[in-house]
Amino acid sequence: MINFDYLRVTTPKAAVDAIVTNRNAQWIAGGTNLIDLMKKGVVEPQKLVDITNLPLKEIKKTSNKFSIGAMALNSDVADNELVQKEYPLLSLALKAGASQQLRNMATVGGNMMQRTRCPYFYNIDMPCNKRQPGSGCGALKGFNRMHAIFGASDKCIAVHPSDMCVALVTLDATVVVTGPKGERRIPFQDFHRLPGELPQKDNTLERGELITAVELPDQPFKKNVHYLKIRDRSSYAFALVSVAVAIDMQNGKMNQVRLGMGGVAHKPWRLKEAENFLTGKAPSEPVFREAAKLAMRGAKGYGHNNFKLKLGPNTIVEALIKATATS
Amino acid sequence: MSHQKTHEENHPDKGRRDFIKQSSLLTALALAPPALMKAADPGWEAEAPRLLEQPLNIEINGISRKLSVEPRVTLLDLLREQLALTGTKKGCDHGQCGACTVHVDGKRVLSCLSLAVMQEGKKVTTIEGVGTPDNLHPMQAAFIKHDGFQCGYCTPGQVMSGIACIREGHADSDDDIREYMSGNICRCGAYPNIVKAIAEVKKGGKSL
Repeated sequence: MINFDYLRVTTPKAAVDAIVTNRNAQWIAGGTNLIDLMKKGVVEPQKLVDITNLPLKEIKKTSNKFSIGAMALNSDVADNELVQKEYPLLSLALKAGASQQLRNMATVGGNMMQRTRCPYFYNIDMPCNKRQPGSGCGALKGFNRMHAIFGASDKCIAVHPSDMCVALVTLDATVVVTGPKGERRIPFQDFHRLPGELPQKDNTLERGELITAVELPDQPFKKNVHYLKIRDRSSYAFALVSVAVAIDMQNGKMNQVRLGMGGVAHKPWRLKEAENFLTGKAPSEPVFREAAKLAMRGAKGYGHNNFKLKLGPNTIVEALIKATATS
Repeated sequence: MSHQKTHEENHPDKGRRDFIKQSSLLTALALAPPALMKAADPGWEAEAPRLLEQPLNIEINGISRKLSVEPRVTLLDLLREQLALTGTKKGCDHGQCGACTVHVDGKRVLSCLSLAVMQEGKKVTTIEGVGTPDNLHPMQAAFIKHDGFQCGYCTPGQVMSGIACIREGHADSDDDIREYMSGNICRCGAYPNIVKAIAEVKKGGKSL
Protein backbone atom coordinates (compact mmCIF):
# COMPACT_ATOMS: atom_id res chain seq x y z
CA MET A 1 0.00 0.00 0.00
CA ILE A 2 1.32 3.49 -0.83
CA ASN A 3 1.84 5.67 2.18
CA PHE A 4 -0.45 8.54 3.07
CA ASP A 5 -1.03 11.21 5.67
CA TYR A 6 -3.40 10.56 8.51
CA LEU A 7 -5.65 12.93 10.40
CA ARG A 8 -8.09 12.17 13.20
CA VAL A 9 -11.11 14.46 13.55
CA THR A 10 -13.75 14.69 16.26
CA THR A 11 -16.37 17.04 14.81
CA PRO A 12 -18.34 16.80 11.55
CA LYS A 13 -17.21 20.33 10.67
CA ALA A 14 -13.53 19.40 10.96
CA ALA A 15 -14.23 16.30 8.87
CA VAL A 16 -15.83 18.35 6.10
CA ASP A 17 -13.12 21.05 6.20
CA ALA A 18 -10.35 18.45 5.90
CA ILE A 19 -11.89 17.06 2.71
CA VAL A 20 -12.85 20.35 1.12
CA THR A 21 -9.34 21.78 1.49
CA ASN A 22 -7.56 18.76 -0.02
CA ARG A 23 -8.74 17.17 -3.27
CA ASN A 24 -6.71 14.04 -2.60
CA ALA A 25 -8.02 13.43 0.89
CA GLN A 26 -10.64 10.83 1.69
CA TRP A 27 -12.62 9.85 4.79
CA ILE A 28 -12.09 6.50 6.39
CA ALA A 29 -14.51 4.81 8.80
CA GLY A 30 -14.54 1.00 9.18
CA GLY A 31 -12.09 0.70 6.30
CA THR A 32 -13.34 -2.75 5.33
CA ASN A 33 -13.70 -1.74 1.68
CA LEU A 34 -11.33 1.24 1.43
CA ILE A 35 -8.23 -0.53 2.83
CA ASP A 36 -8.83 -3.40 0.43
CA LEU A 37 -9.15 -0.99 -2.52
CA MET A 38 -5.95 0.77 -1.44
CA LYS A 39 -4.05 -2.51 -1.21
CA LYS A 40 -5.14 -3.29 -4.77
CA GLY A 41 -4.16 0.17 -6.01
CA VAL A 42 -7.73 0.93 -7.11
CA VAL A 43 -7.77 4.11 -5.05
CA GLU A 44 -4.69 5.98 -3.84
CA PRO A 45 -5.66 8.81 -1.48
CA GLN A 46 -2.79 11.04 -0.28
CA LYS A 47 -4.51 11.63 3.01
CA LEU A 48 -6.99 9.69 5.13
CA VAL A 49 -9.27 11.53 7.52
CA ASP A 50 -10.38 9.18 10.29
CA ILE A 51 -14.05 9.88 11.12
CA THR A 52 -14.63 6.95 13.50
CA ASN A 53 -14.43 9.28 16.51
CA LEU A 54 -17.26 11.54 15.35
CA PRO A 55 -20.21 11.58 17.79
CA LEU A 56 -22.50 9.92 15.23
CA LYS A 57 -23.08 6.48 16.73
CA GLU A 58 -26.44 6.95 18.38
CA ILE A 59 -29.51 4.85 17.53
CA LYS A 60 -32.57 6.68 18.84
CA LYS A 61 -36.31 7.00 18.50
CA THR A 62 -37.98 10.41 18.64
CA SER A 63 -41.69 11.22 18.37
CA ASN A 64 -42.20 10.42 14.70
CA LYS A 65 -38.93 9.08 13.40
CA PHE A 66 -36.10 6.73 14.05
CA SER A 67 -32.52 7.87 13.59
CA ILE A 68 -29.37 5.81 13.16
CA GLY A 69 -26.02 7.60 13.36
CA ALA A 70 -23.75 7.18 10.35
CA MET A 71 -20.92 5.82 12.51
CA ALA A 72 -23.07 3.14 14.18
CA LEU A 73 -21.56 -0.28 13.53
CA ASN A 74 -23.45 -2.71 11.31
CA SER A 75 -23.42 -5.32 14.09
CA ASP A 76 -24.69 -2.83 16.70
CA VAL A 77 -27.59 -1.82 14.44
CA ALA A 78 -28.44 -5.44 13.59
CA ASP A 79 -28.49 -6.45 17.28
CA ASN A 80 -30.20 -3.28 18.56
CA GLU A 81 -33.44 -4.19 20.34
CA LEU A 82 -35.35 -1.19 19.04
CA VAL A 83 -34.26 -1.91 15.46
CA GLN A 84 -35.27 -5.57 15.82
CA LYS A 85 -38.67 -4.52 17.16
CA GLU A 86 -39.45 -1.54 14.90
CA TYR A 87 -37.56 -2.39 11.71
CA PRO A 88 -36.91 -6.16 11.72
CA LEU A 89 -36.28 -6.12 7.95
CA LEU A 90 -33.24 -3.88 8.46
CA SER A 91 -31.81 -6.25 11.07
CA LEU A 92 -32.34 -9.26 8.79
CA ALA A 93 -30.64 -7.57 5.84
CA LEU A 94 -27.67 -6.48 7.93
CA LYS A 95 -27.15 -10.00 9.25
CA ALA A 96 -27.24 -11.37 5.71
CA GLY A 97 -24.25 -9.22 4.78
CA ALA A 98 -20.53 -9.96 5.25
CA SER A 99 -19.28 -11.76 8.38
CA GLN A 100 -19.54 -10.83 12.05
CA GLN A 101 -15.93 -9.57 12.03
CA LEU A 102 -16.69 -7.21 9.14
CA ARG A 103 -20.03 -6.13 10.64
CA ASN A 104 -18.11 -5.25 13.82
CA MET A 105 -15.97 -2.84 11.78
CA ALA A 106 -18.25 -1.50 9.05
CA THR A 107 -20.41 1.56 9.75
CA VAL A 108 -23.84 2.47 8.37
CA GLY A 109 -22.39 5.38 6.36
CA GLY A 110 -19.52 3.23 5.10
CA ASN A 111 -21.90 0.48 4.04
CA MET A 112 -23.71 3.01 1.84
CA MET A 113 -20.43 4.29 0.40
CA GLN A 114 -18.91 0.90 -0.41
CA ARG A 115 -17.88 0.38 -4.01
CA THR A 116 -19.00 -2.34 -6.38
CA ARG A 117 -17.26 -5.74 -6.20
CA CYS A 118 -17.13 -6.00 -10.03
CA PRO A 119 -13.86 -7.85 -10.75
CA TYR A 120 -13.04 -5.45 -13.60
CA PHE A 121 -13.27 -2.53 -11.17
CA TYR A 122 -10.96 -4.33 -8.76
CA ASN A 123 -8.31 -5.35 -11.28
CA ILE A 124 -6.27 -2.32 -12.33
CA ASP A 125 -5.03 -4.15 -15.44
CA MET A 126 -8.57 -4.35 -16.79
CA PRO A 127 -10.68 -1.68 -18.47
CA CYS A 128 -13.32 -0.12 -16.21
CA ASN A 129 -15.20 3.13 -16.78
CA LYS A 130 -15.97 3.40 -13.09
CA ARG A 131 -12.31 3.28 -12.03
CA GLN A 132 -10.85 4.95 -15.12
CA PRO A 133 -13.48 6.84 -17.12
CA GLY A 134 -13.14 6.23 -20.85
CA SER A 135 -11.23 2.94 -20.56
CA GLY A 136 -14.29 0.84 -21.44
CA CYS A 137 -16.38 -1.72 -19.58
CA GLY A 138 -14.66 -5.08 -19.31
CA ALA A 139 -17.75 -6.76 -17.94
CA LEU A 140 -20.12 -5.82 -20.78
CA LYS A 141 -18.85 -8.65 -22.98
CA GLY A 142 -16.71 -10.31 -20.32
CA PHE A 143 -17.35 -12.41 -17.25
CA ASN A 144 -20.57 -10.82 -16.03
CA ARG A 145 -22.25 -13.45 -13.90
CA MET A 146 -22.65 -11.12 -10.89
CA HIS A 147 -23.80 -8.13 -12.92
CA ALA A 148 -26.86 -5.93 -13.39
CA ILE A 149 -30.08 -6.79 -15.16
CA PHE A 150 -31.81 -3.44 -14.47
CA GLY A 151 -30.84 0.13 -15.32
CA ALA A 152 -27.34 -0.59 -16.67
CA SER A 153 -25.72 1.37 -19.49
CA ASP A 154 -23.14 0.40 -22.09
CA LYS A 155 -20.64 2.24 -19.89
CA CYS A 156 -21.17 0.09 -16.78
CA ILE A 157 -23.14 -2.98 -15.73
CA ALA A 158 -21.85 -3.20 -12.14
CA VAL A 159 -24.16 -3.74 -9.16
CA HIS A 160 -24.22 -2.15 -5.72
CA PRO A 161 -23.21 -4.91 -3.31
CA SER A 162 -24.99 -3.84 -0.09
CA ASP A 163 -27.75 -5.79 1.66
CA MET A 164 -28.42 -3.06 4.24
CA CYS A 165 -29.17 -0.55 1.48
CA VAL A 166 -31.81 -2.86 -0.04
CA ALA A 167 -33.67 -2.80 3.29
CA LEU A 168 -33.25 0.97 3.64
CA VAL A 169 -34.62 1.74 0.17
CA THR A 170 -37.50 -0.65 0.83
CA LEU A 171 -38.29 1.09 4.12
CA ASP A 172 -38.28 4.60 2.57
CA ALA A 173 -35.29 5.80 4.59
CA THR A 174 -33.87 9.31 4.35
CA VAL A 175 -30.15 10.12 4.32
CA VAL A 176 -29.02 13.13 6.37
CA VAL A 177 -25.84 14.78 5.11
CA THR A 178 -23.82 17.81 6.12
CA GLY A 179 -21.44 19.64 3.84
CA PRO A 180 -19.85 22.96 2.93
CA LYS A 181 -23.32 24.34 2.12
CA GLY A 182 -24.96 23.02 5.29
CA GLU A 183 -27.30 20.15 6.00
CA ARG A 184 -29.69 18.45 3.59
CA ARG A 185 -31.85 15.35 3.42
CA ILE A 186 -31.82 12.91 0.50
CA PRO A 187 -34.54 10.27 0.01
CA PHE A 188 -32.75 6.91 0.02
CA GLN A 189 -34.19 6.14 -3.41
CA ASP A 190 -32.24 9.13 -4.79
CA PHE A 191 -28.99 8.53 -2.89
CA HIS A 192 -27.42 5.94 -5.20
CA ARG A 193 -27.60 6.53 -8.93
CA LEU A 194 -27.68 4.56 -12.16
CA PRO A 195 -24.43 4.50 -14.16
CA GLY A 196 -25.63 6.30 -17.31
CA GLU A 197 -22.71 8.21 -18.83
CA LEU A 198 -21.00 8.75 -15.46
CA PRO A 199 -20.39 5.33 -13.90
CA GLN A 200 -17.58 6.82 -11.78
CA LYS A 201 -20.28 8.47 -9.68
CA ASP A 202 -21.92 5.95 -7.37
CA ASN A 203 -24.22 8.41 -5.62
CA THR A 204 -25.58 11.95 -5.60
CA LEU A 205 -23.33 13.34 -2.85
CA GLU A 206 -21.39 16.49 -3.63
CA ARG A 207 -17.69 16.70 -2.79
CA GLY A 208 -17.36 17.35 0.94
CA GLU A 209 -20.81 16.07 1.92
CA LEU A 210 -20.68 13.76 4.92
CA ILE A 211 -23.42 11.31 5.83
CA THR A 212 -24.38 11.97 9.46
CA ALA A 213 -27.46 9.76 9.89
CA VAL A 214 -30.12 7.62 8.31
CA GLU A 215 -33.73 8.28 9.30
CA LEU A 216 -36.65 5.91 9.10
CA PRO A 217 -40.32 6.94 9.22
CA ASP A 218 -42.85 5.24 11.51
CA GLN A 219 -44.02 2.04 9.88
CA PRO A 220 -46.37 -0.88 10.42
CA PHE A 221 -43.95 -3.48 9.03
CA LYS A 222 -43.12 -5.41 12.20
CA LYS A 223 -44.15 -8.97 11.45
CA ASN A 224 -44.59 -9.88 7.79
CA VAL A 225 -41.07 -9.16 6.66
CA HIS A 226 -38.43 -11.26 4.95
CA TYR A 227 -34.99 -10.82 3.42
CA LEU A 228 -34.11 -13.62 1.03
CA LYS A 229 -30.56 -13.64 -0.24
CA ILE A 230 -29.48 -16.11 -2.93
CA ARG A 231 -25.72 -16.62 -3.13
CA ASP A 232 -23.08 -19.13 -4.13
CA ARG A 233 -22.65 -20.40 -0.57
CA SER A 234 -25.08 -20.27 2.30
CA SER A 235 -23.27 -17.48 4.16
CA TYR A 236 -20.57 -14.85 3.66
CA ALA A 237 -20.97 -14.18 -0.06
CA PHE A 238 -22.37 -11.33 -2.10
CA ALA A 239 -25.90 -11.67 -3.41
CA LEU A 240 -26.60 -13.06 -6.85
CA VAL A 241 -30.12 -11.82 -6.20
CA SER A 242 -31.74 -10.69 -2.96
CA VAL A 243 -35.29 -9.63 -2.20
CA ALA A 244 -36.58 -7.54 0.71
CA VAL A 245 -40.27 -7.76 1.57
CA ALA A 246 -42.28 -5.75 4.11
CA ILE A 247 -46.04 -6.21 4.26
CA ASP A 248 -48.74 -4.84 6.53
CA MET A 249 -51.48 -7.50 6.66
CA GLN A 250 -55.03 -6.40 7.56
CA ASN A 251 -57.92 -8.90 7.63
CA GLY A 252 -56.13 -11.38 5.39
CA LYS A 253 -55.25 -8.74 2.77
CA MET A 254 -52.01 -6.98 1.97
CA ASN A 255 -52.79 -3.48 3.14
CA GLN A 256 -49.35 -2.02 2.42
CA VAL A 257 -46.51 -3.65 0.51
CA ARG A 258 -42.84 -2.71 0.13
CA LEU A 259 -40.50 -4.64 -2.17
CA GLY A 260 -36.82 -4.15 -2.87
CA MET A 261 -34.16 -6.08 -4.73
CA GLY A 262 -30.37 -6.36 -4.48
CA GLY A 263 -27.67 -7.73 -6.77
CA VAL A 264 -29.55 -6.57 -9.85
CA ALA A 265 -28.66 -2.90 -10.42
CA HIS A 266 -26.15 -0.10 -9.86
CA LYS A 267 -28.37 0.96 -6.94
CA PRO A 268 -30.65 -0.85 -4.49
CA TRP A 269 -33.72 -1.53 -6.60
CA ARG A 270 -37.26 -0.74 -5.59
CA LEU A 271 -40.19 -2.65 -7.18
CA LYS A 272 -43.02 -0.10 -7.05
CA GLU A 273 -45.15 -1.56 -9.86
CA ALA A 274 -45.24 -4.93 -8.15
CA GLU A 275 -46.03 -3.23 -4.81
CA ASN A 276 -49.01 -1.42 -6.35
CA PHE A 277 -50.25 -4.60 -7.96
CA LEU A 278 -50.12 -6.52 -4.66
CA THR A 279 -51.68 -3.82 -2.49
CA GLY A 280 -55.19 -4.73 -1.36
CA LYS A 281 -54.99 -8.32 -2.58
CA ALA A 282 -55.03 -11.54 -0.57
CA PRO A 283 -51.69 -13.36 -0.63
CA SER A 284 -51.48 -16.34 -2.97
CA GLU A 285 -48.78 -17.84 -5.16
CA PRO A 286 -50.49 -16.96 -8.49
CA VAL A 287 -50.78 -13.33 -7.33
CA PHE A 288 -47.11 -13.32 -6.29
CA ARG A 289 -46.14 -14.82 -9.65
CA GLU A 290 -48.00 -12.06 -11.47
CA ALA A 291 -46.30 -9.40 -9.32
CA ALA A 292 -42.89 -10.93 -10.03
CA LYS A 293 -43.62 -10.77 -13.75
CA LEU A 294 -44.39 -7.05 -13.42
CA ALA A 295 -41.23 -6.53 -11.37
CA MET A 296 -39.07 -8.07 -14.06
CA ARG A 297 -40.30 -5.81 -16.85
CA GLY A 298 -37.34 -4.17 -18.57
CA ALA A 299 -34.82 -6.67 -17.18
CA LYS A 300 -31.95 -7.49 -19.52
CA GLY A 301 -29.25 -10.17 -19.30
CA TYR A 302 -25.68 -9.79 -20.55
CA GLY A 303 -24.77 -13.44 -21.11
CA HIS A 304 -23.34 -15.01 -17.98
CA ASN A 305 -26.02 -13.36 -15.83
CA ASN A 306 -29.02 -14.45 -17.92
CA PHE A 307 -29.89 -16.89 -15.14
CA LYS A 308 -30.93 -13.87 -13.03
CA LEU A 309 -33.90 -13.33 -15.36
CA LYS A 310 -35.35 -16.55 -13.98
CA LEU A 311 -33.80 -16.49 -10.51
CA GLY A 312 -35.10 -12.93 -9.96
CA PRO A 313 -38.85 -13.65 -10.22
CA ASN A 314 -38.47 -16.97 -8.40
CA THR A 315 -36.75 -15.21 -5.50
CA ILE A 316 -39.50 -12.56 -5.38
CA VAL A 317 -42.20 -15.25 -5.18
CA GLU A 318 -40.32 -17.24 -2.53
CA ALA A 319 -39.68 -14.14 -0.40
CA LEU A 320 -43.36 -13.13 -0.59
CA ILE A 321 -44.44 -16.63 0.44
CA LYS A 322 -42.04 -16.55 3.42
CA ALA A 323 -43.12 -13.05 4.49
CA THR A 324 -46.82 -13.85 4.41
CA ALA A 325 -46.47 -17.29 6.03
CA THR A 326 -46.11 -15.69 9.49
CA SER A 327 -49.65 -14.80 10.47
CA MET B 1 17.70 -5.52 -33.14
CA SER B 2 16.12 -3.80 -36.12
CA HIS B 3 12.89 -5.58 -35.28
CA GLN B 4 12.94 -4.16 -31.78
CA LYS B 5 13.56 -0.66 -33.07
CA THR B 6 10.52 -0.85 -35.34
CA HIS B 7 8.47 -2.11 -32.42
CA GLU B 8 9.50 0.80 -30.27
CA GLU B 9 8.78 3.31 -33.00
CA ASN B 10 5.30 1.91 -33.42
CA HIS B 11 4.62 1.73 -29.72
CA PRO B 12 6.54 4.47 -27.97
CA ASP B 13 6.76 3.28 -24.44
CA LYS B 14 7.84 6.21 -22.35
CA GLY B 15 7.76 4.39 -19.03
CA ARG B 16 10.08 1.67 -20.25
CA ARG B 17 12.48 4.12 -21.83
CA ASP B 18 12.64 6.16 -18.66
CA PHE B 19 13.31 3.00 -16.74
CA ILE B 20 16.18 2.04 -19.03
CA LYS B 21 17.64 5.55 -18.77
CA GLN B 22 17.34 5.56 -15.01
CA SER B 23 18.77 2.12 -14.52
CA SER B 24 21.77 2.94 -16.77
CA LEU B 25 22.33 6.05 -14.68
CA LEU B 26 22.14 4.02 -11.48
CA THR B 27 24.65 1.51 -12.83
CA ALA B 28 26.98 4.37 -13.74
CA LEU B 29 26.59 5.87 -10.29
CA ALA B 30 27.31 2.58 -8.57
CA LEU B 31 30.58 2.25 -10.53
CA ALA B 32 31.64 5.89 -10.13
CA PRO B 33 34.06 7.08 -7.44
CA PRO B 34 32.42 8.97 -4.54
CA ALA B 35 33.68 12.42 -5.60
CA LEU B 36 32.09 12.01 -8.99
CA MET B 37 28.87 10.86 -7.40
CA LYS B 38 28.43 14.14 -5.59
CA ALA B 39 28.86 16.04 -8.83
CA ALA B 40 26.38 13.81 -10.59
CA ASP B 41 23.65 14.17 -7.98
CA PRO B 42 20.59 12.97 -9.88
CA GLY B 43 18.23 15.16 -7.84
CA TRP B 44 16.38 12.45 -6.02
CA GLU B 45 17.03 11.12 -2.55
CA ALA B 46 18.73 7.79 -2.17
CA GLU B 47 16.08 6.69 0.30
CA ALA B 48 12.41 7.50 -0.16
CA PRO B 49 11.38 10.03 2.47
CA ARG B 50 9.28 8.42 5.19
CA LEU B 51 6.00 10.10 5.83
CA LEU B 52 5.65 11.11 9.44
CA GLU B 53 5.19 8.20 11.73
CA GLN B 54 2.30 8.64 14.12
CA PRO B 55 2.46 7.97 17.85
CA LEU B 56 0.22 5.09 18.91
CA ASN B 57 -0.83 4.20 22.43
CA ILE B 58 -2.30 0.75 22.44
CA GLU B 59 -2.81 -2.09 24.91
CA ILE B 60 -1.96 -5.51 23.52
CA ASN B 61 -2.70 -8.61 25.58
CA GLY B 62 -2.81 -6.54 28.76
CA ILE B 63 0.44 -4.67 28.14
CA SER B 64 0.30 -0.93 27.40
CA ARG B 65 2.62 0.10 24.63
CA LYS B 66 3.79 3.42 23.27
CA LEU B 67 4.57 2.84 19.61
CA SER B 68 5.24 4.77 16.45
CA VAL B 69 3.77 3.61 13.16
CA GLU B 70 3.44 4.70 9.55
CA PRO B 71 -0.23 5.33 8.75
CA ARG B 72 -0.25 2.54 6.14
CA VAL B 73 0.68 -0.21 8.59
CA THR B 74 -2.21 -2.56 9.28
CA LEU B 75 -2.86 -3.88 12.76
CA LEU B 76 -1.92 -7.32 11.42
CA ASP B 77 1.48 -6.14 10.18
CA LEU B 78 2.09 -4.23 13.40
CA LEU B 79 1.48 -7.39 15.43
CA ARG B 80 3.52 -9.70 13.22
CA GLU B 81 6.33 -7.53 11.88
CA GLN B 82 6.96 -5.02 14.66
CA LEU B 83 5.91 -6.88 17.80
CA ALA B 84 6.75 -10.47 16.74
CA LEU B 85 3.28 -11.65 17.72
CA THR B 86 3.10 -14.11 14.85
CA GLY B 87 0.24 -16.16 16.25
CA THR B 88 -2.16 -13.98 14.27
CA LYS B 89 -1.95 -15.24 10.70
CA LYS B 90 -1.95 -13.48 7.35
CA GLY B 91 -4.14 -15.54 5.05
CA CYS B 92 -5.64 -13.56 2.19
CA ASP B 93 -4.79 -10.07 3.53
CA HIS B 94 -8.06 -8.87 1.92
CA GLY B 95 -10.70 -9.59 4.54
CA GLN B 96 -11.97 -12.77 2.96
CA CYS B 97 -10.56 -15.58 5.12
CA GLY B 98 -10.67 -14.58 8.82
CA ALA B 99 -7.19 -15.96 9.65
CA CYS B 100 -6.20 -12.54 11.05
CA THR B 101 -9.14 -12.28 13.49
CA VAL B 102 -8.30 -10.51 16.78
CA HIS B 103 -10.40 -8.83 19.45
CA VAL B 104 -10.39 -5.04 19.69
CA ASP B 105 -12.17 -3.65 22.76
CA GLY B 106 -13.83 -7.05 23.11
CA LYS B 107 -15.15 -7.26 19.55
CA ARG B 108 -13.74 -9.61 16.93
CA VAL B 109 -12.38 -7.76 13.88
CA LEU B 110 -10.12 -8.42 10.91
CA SER B 111 -6.67 -7.06 11.66
CA CYS B 112 -5.68 -7.09 7.97
CA LEU B 113 -8.28 -4.42 7.16
CA SER B 114 -7.62 -2.33 10.29
CA LEU B 115 -5.07 0.45 10.26
CA ALA B 116 -2.87 0.29 13.36
CA VAL B 117 -2.94 4.06 13.73
CA MET B 118 -6.73 3.97 14.06
CA GLN B 119 -6.52 1.74 17.16
CA GLU B 120 -5.36 4.60 19.41
CA GLY B 121 -6.31 3.94 23.03
CA LYS B 122 -7.82 0.53 22.25
CA LYS B 123 -7.32 -2.87 23.85
CA VAL B 124 -6.26 -5.65 21.51
CA THR B 125 -6.29 -9.35 22.35
CA THR B 126 -4.51 -11.83 20.09
CA ILE B 127 -4.20 -15.60 20.29
CA GLU B 128 -1.07 -15.09 22.44
CA GLY B 129 -3.32 -13.36 24.98
CA VAL B 130 -5.88 -16.11 25.46
CA GLY B 131 -3.81 -19.13 26.51
CA THR B 132 -0.35 -20.66 26.76
CA PRO B 133 0.85 -24.20 25.96
CA ASP B 134 0.78 -24.98 29.70
CA ASN B 135 -2.49 -23.24 30.35
CA LEU B 136 -4.76 -23.63 27.34
CA HIS B 137 -7.90 -21.59 26.93
CA PRO B 138 -10.98 -23.88 27.04
CA MET B 139 -11.55 -23.15 23.34
CA GLN B 140 -8.01 -24.21 22.47
CA ALA B 141 -8.40 -27.40 24.53
CA ALA B 142 -11.71 -28.16 22.78
CA PHE B 143 -10.13 -27.67 19.33
CA ILE B 144 -7.48 -30.24 20.26
CA LYS B 145 -10.01 -32.66 21.73
CA HIS B 146 -12.28 -32.50 18.67
CA ASP B 147 -9.50 -32.35 16.09
CA GLY B 148 -10.71 -28.93 14.94
CA PHE B 149 -7.82 -28.42 12.55
CA GLN B 150 -5.43 -30.11 10.17
CA CYS B 151 -2.74 -27.74 8.92
CA GLY B 152 -3.52 -25.27 11.71
CA TYR B 153 -3.05 -22.08 9.73
CA CYS B 154 -6.60 -20.80 10.19
CA THR B 155 -6.78 -22.02 13.81
CA PRO B 156 -5.76 -18.84 15.70
CA GLY B 157 -8.45 -16.94 13.80
CA GLN B 158 -10.97 -19.74 14.35
CA VAL B 159 -10.26 -19.79 18.10
CA MET B 160 -10.56 -16.00 18.42
CA SER B 161 -13.79 -16.07 16.44
CA GLY B 162 -15.14 -19.05 18.38
CA ILE B 163 -14.60 -17.30 21.72
CA ALA B 164 -16.33 -14.16 20.42
CA CYS B 165 -19.15 -16.24 18.96
CA ILE B 166 -20.02 -17.57 22.43
CA ARG B 167 -19.58 -14.18 24.14
CA GLU B 168 -21.91 -12.57 21.59
CA GLY B 169 -24.56 -15.20 22.28
CA HIS B 170 -24.38 -16.59 18.75
CA ALA B 171 -23.62 -20.20 19.60
CA ASP B 172 -27.02 -21.49 20.65
CA SER B 173 -27.30 -24.11 17.91
CA ASP B 174 -25.02 -25.75 15.35
CA ASP B 175 -26.72 -23.69 12.61
CA ASP B 176 -26.10 -20.52 14.59
CA ILE B 177 -22.43 -21.44 15.05
CA ARG B 178 -22.03 -22.20 11.32
CA GLU B 179 -23.61 -18.86 10.37
CA TYR B 180 -21.57 -16.79 12.83
CA MET B 181 -18.32 -18.63 12.05
CA SER B 182 -18.77 -18.16 8.29
CA GLY B 183 -16.14 -15.43 8.21
CA ASN B 184 -13.43 -17.97 9.07
CA ILE B 185 -12.46 -20.15 6.15
CA CYS B 186 -10.72 -23.52 6.70
CA ARG B 187 -9.27 -24.91 3.51
CA CYS B 188 -8.60 -28.28 5.17
CA GLY B 189 -12.33 -28.48 5.78
CA ALA B 190 -12.27 -29.12 9.53
CA TYR B 191 -15.65 -27.39 9.86
CA PRO B 192 -17.67 -30.22 11.49
CA ASN B 193 -15.05 -30.56 14.23
CA ILE B 194 -14.77 -26.81 14.73
CA VAL B 195 -18.54 -26.66 15.25
CA LYS B 196 -18.28 -29.53 17.77
CA ALA B 197 -15.52 -27.77 19.68
CA ILE B 198 -17.43 -24.50 19.95
CA ALA B 199 -20.70 -26.26 20.85
CA GLU B 200 -18.92 -28.12 23.65
CA VAL B 201 -17.36 -25.00 25.13
CA LYS B 202 -20.73 -23.28 24.93
CA LYS B 203 -22.38 -26.24 26.68
CA GLY B 204 -19.68 -26.16 29.36
CA GLY B 205 -21.21 -22.85 30.38
CA LYS B 206 -17.96 -21.25 31.59
CA SER B 207 -17.80 -17.51 31.13
CA LEU B 208 -15.07 -16.85 28.58
